[in-house]
Parts: sequence; structure tokens; C-alpha cells
Amino acid sequence: MRVDIISAAFPYLMKGLQVTLYIFIIAIIIGFIIGLVVALLRLAPIKPLNWIALIFINAIRGTPFLVQLFFIYFGLNSLPFISFNSTTAGIITVAINAGAYFAEIIRAGIQSIDRGQSEAARSLGLTGFQNMYHIVLPQAFRRMLPTITNQSIISLKDTSLLSVIGIADLTQQGEIQSSATFEAFKIWLIVGIIYFIVIYLLTLIANFLERRFVLR
Amino acid sequence: MSIITVKNLKKSFGNLEVLKNINAEIKEREVVCVIGPSGSGKSTFLRCLNRLEEITDGHVIIDGQDITDPKVKINEVRQEVGMVFQQFNLFPHKTVMENITLAPMKVRSSSKDEAGTKALELLDKVGLREKAESYPEQLSGGQKQRVAIARALAMEPKIMLFDEPTSALDPEMVGDVLEVMKQLAKEGMTMVVVTHEMGFAREVGDRVLFMDGGYIMEENVPSELFNNPTHERTKAFLSKVL
Repeated sequence: MRVDIISAAFPYLMKGLQVTLYIFIIAIIIGFIIGLVVALLRLAPIKPLNWIALIFINAIRGTPFLVQLFFIYFGLNSLPFISFNSTTAGIITVAINAGAYFAEIIRAGIQSIDRGQSEAARSLGLTGFQNMYHIVLPQAFRRMLPTITNQSIISLKDTSLLSVIGIADLTQQGEIQSSATFEAFKIWLIVGIIYFIVIYLLTLIANFLERRFVLR
Repeated sequence: MSIITVKNLKKSFGNLEVLKNINAEIKEREVVCVIGPSGSGKSTFLRCLNRLEEITDGHVIIDGQDITDPKVKINEVRQEVGMVFQQFNLFPHKTVMENITLAPMKVRSSSKDEAGTKALELLDKVGLREKAESYPEQLSGGQKQRVAIARALAMEPKIMLFDEPTSALDPEMVGDVLEVMKQLAKEGMTMVVVTHEMGFAREVGDRVLFMDGGYIMEENVPSELFNNPTHERTKAFLSKVL
């Protein structure tokens, strides 16, 4: 009998998981691109670009995720000519937030590569861009992989906060099902297990990638 | 006709003036060895020749182009100036073959076949054809340095710069690398070699520059510089290393 209620709730939780993964995957890809661009701005030999990158990184690191979410969803949305739905706001917030942290990870990764590598590349006539693309970044990414995985896991967990602006993610579905079934203990236990499994799978993929790339 | 002309070259790192006033002429096909105590500025001098170090003041003219001119296309000049480093600086994520073919393919737009054929020729020359598919970590220091020489030669440079190419090697590896360099000198490559190998400087060098304290203190053909040094500092240095 009770089992029926849980199994009836399960499809809703899966739907929520879909929303969580959808937002997470899009946001993490955008976040990575933001991180790469900001890291390169931070290291560019032009001071004002460094400042822009630093201001961005510090603004994001210095404010809570929920405040960022509310600022983007309620704040920006209240301005004229701007209007987006909650899912878009959620994706933007997670992407920007992850982007700031990725930027610092990528910067550190780039700086960890021995200067001799760039000197060898430049001495062969490669341009700064070719040096980054062929020599520095491929080596840096191998080193950064564990930290990038870590930040991705944090971002995935941050998506659960999106439920507060009404996004029907896994957490939001958990809330709905928990009040609908009066089975708070079981529902939240299941929600927790689902998050755990997804993150565990993410870790396994990361470990696989690490073994593939770091060895070489 | 000089292929390298250095005029009143000065280089500072912050307040530290490393090169004080360097003037030098290097002719085509000439092998010039640069010796001197550590901290004398010899590596910095070499690194100014392809502008790996920003030049503080003065002029460096490579094959008719003044590389201190901000309008000069430095990447194009660097294609003509190969460099070999003390720490090899091979790309660890690429095979020996990829290390050698990368620049010809990306910078000179050679085809993969063309670059590959050339790379194998060069590997033959340095005696490492069988290592084409190895990664740098699978090579000994001497092998790495010979691959690094092949990598630089793949761009068919007019000038080769060597920055203490044997200083990081185990003694038994030094000979192989010097042998490759001797061969290169014999073929008429213009070479500037910063080195502690006095034997090599004496045997292969057409001219030796002795640097100390940011100046070229003395320059001469090796037999004269080693046997009849005129400057006190040169005498003191040579008495320690010979």
C-alpha cells in the first residue's frame, strides 16, 4: 500500500531529475566557456581586461548563490525590455556561478604549466593563440580535471536551490511529492539517493577520463 | 655580411640590469660560443636574439630585420631562428613525431605527409628514428635533447640558438648531443651556443665570446681566447673551468 504511493511518486521524481540534468548540463557547458574566457582575460597582458575578470570573479565568489539567483530572476527581470522564464534564469545563474569558479581553476591550471613549454612553442614561431590551443591548454586540462569534477559536483548540488524560484527540478518534485504523500522521510531519502547516484556516476566518468588522459 | 647584429643591447629585469651594453656581429655559417660565469647574462643575451626576453634598449637585427621594431612580425622572424633549451622543453603530451611536425604543419602549413617525411629524415640525422612514436617521458635526457634539436631543425631555420644544451644531461649523454651539434656546424649552420663545454667551444667554435657582469669582456678565436686571454676576468674564469 505504502509502496504503491512511493512508486506512484517515482515517475514525478524522475521528471524532476530530467529537469535537474537538463539545467545542469547546459549550465555547466556555458559555465565552462565563461570560465575559459574569464581565465584568459585574467591572464591577458592588458591590465583593464585583468580587472574586468577579477571584478567578475570576486563579485560571484563574494555573494551567496541564492542572492545571485534572486538578483537575476527577480532583479534583472524587473528591468524594462528584459524578460526570461525561471528555467533560463536558473541556467544563467548556475552557469555564471560555475564560470567564476572555473575561471580560477583554469587560470591556476594554465599557470601551473612550465614556462619552458610556451617558450619552446613561441621559439618555433607559433602564435600566442596556437601556443594556448596546442600546447598549454591540453596539458592544463589534464591537471585540472579533478578540480573541475569537484566544481561540477558542487554546481549540480546548487541546482537544488533553483526549486525556490519554482523550477520543477528534482528537489521541487521531492517537495511536491512529500506533501502529497505525507511520506517525507521516504521521499527525501529517495531524493537524496537519486542525487547521490547521479553524482557518483559523474565521479566515475571523471575517474575514467582522468585515467585516460593523465597517464599520457 | 652579418646575419645577426647586436647594437648597444641593454636588458633589465626591474631594477636589475643584466645586459649593460652588448655589441656583437655574427656572420652567416659562423659558430659562436658564449662562455662566462653564471649570472653573467649569457643566457639572457641568447634569449634576446629571438626576443624571448623583451629588449629594454638597443637593437637586434636578425637577417636584416630589426626585431626591436614593434612593427616587426616576430613570429615570422622566430621561424628562421631555432632554439634549443637546457631543459629540452619537449611537449610531453605529444609523441616525438608530433613534437617535430607540429610547427611545420601549423606555422608553415606543411602537409602531414610532407612534415612526417622531413621529421623521419631529421630523426635519422640525430639517430632516433626508432623513437618516432615514443613520448618524451620514455626517452633519456640525451635523447630528449636530440629530439629537441630535430624539432627546431624541422622549421629549416637559418640560425640555431643553443642555451646550455648539455648542462642538464648526465655526463655519458653529453657526447651524443655534442656530436649532433658538431655535424650541424659542419653543414654550415649559423650557431650561437651558450655553453660550459670548453672542449666543444675550442674544437667547434669559430669565435668565443666571454661574458661577465652583463658585458662581453673579450672575444676571439678559441685558440687565442683559451691560450692567451688578455682580460684578468677571462684568465680568472678560465683558470677555474679548464
